[in-house]
Amino acid sequence: MVLEAFLIVAAALFCIGIYGLITSRNAVRVLMSIELMLNAVNLNLIAFSNYLDSVEIKGQVFSVFVITIAAAEAAVGLAIILSIYRSRDTVDMEQFNLLRW
Amino acid sequence: MNLGEGVEVVSLVILAALITGAAMGVVLLPNIVYSAFLLGLVFLSMSGMYLLLNADFVAAAQILIYVGAVNVLILFAIMLVNRAEPYKTIKGGVLRNLVTGVVCVSLFSLLTYTVTTIQWHTSYAIAALPSTIVVLAKHFFSDYLLPFELVSVLLLMALVGAIILARREFVPDAIAIGYPQEEALELLERPKLPVADRS
Repeated sequence: MVLEAFLIVAAALFCIGIYGLITSRNAVRVLMSIELMLNAVNLNLIAFSNYLDSVEIKGQVFSVFVITIAAAEAAVGLAIILSIYRSRDTVDMEQFNLLRW
Repeated sequence: MNLGEGVEVVSLVILAALITGAAMGVVLLPNIVYSAFLLGLVFLSMSGMYLLLNADFVAAAQILIYVGAVNVLILFAIMLVNRAEPYKTIKGGVLRNLVTGVVCVSLFSLLTYTVTTIQWHTSYAIAALPSTIVVLAKHFFSDYLLPFELVSVLLLMALVGAIILARREFVPDAIAIGYPQEEALELLERPKLPVADRS
């Protein structure tokens, strides 16, 4: 029963992250939503590793990798936002049409 | 149900309420500084979830990396780019939010239905490991050695890339307008004027 509870919390967090990713106008908030989604994935990995594979905890190994990639992604993403802010003077997602058409 | 299970259930309920409420605050609050601090609360309660799942090393790494590094980085980015700007209302924005909300709620109900109807073959005798750090270190240095080293290379690449992207790039014509060039080891940067003003 408890595995389902963790999975439902992770699903809720993932859906909130998707909503924020699509609807937010501020670019920094988009990065925060991506972090929320990565955290939901981590919770799934660790819940499965605890309840299905509790001897060789390989899910925790993968979650450490996910945490590392998330840190790298946050650093590069915030540098990109800073660079865009310097050139466009805004952080509104609707005005980033550099690569659109 | 003994005392330990009761404490587990109560802390699971409290942590789940904290996580979902703070995540809603991150997404929905208009002030982005509040959302950044609520994001830290989400990360902290997520590490509590990891402690409930017997993952002590990952919980410590979560607090160190997410709360200590990523959240502080996001706060610094907000301080660098935060300027009160009224967002122009776009055509069909309310409709887009509604459609996204419907899609997210239906995705959540689909996931919940799938999770609750599947018969999970969980092993209810959870193995009592001596320490998760020993098991994780054995994995990292035997069968996951190559991804471990690749991740370290990727972290170095992300570090260099973030510095390259965030610094004002140096162009040689800055020398011609009297930029000092005698310091050989200095990281040369463009003079400090915003790019939008020059074009």
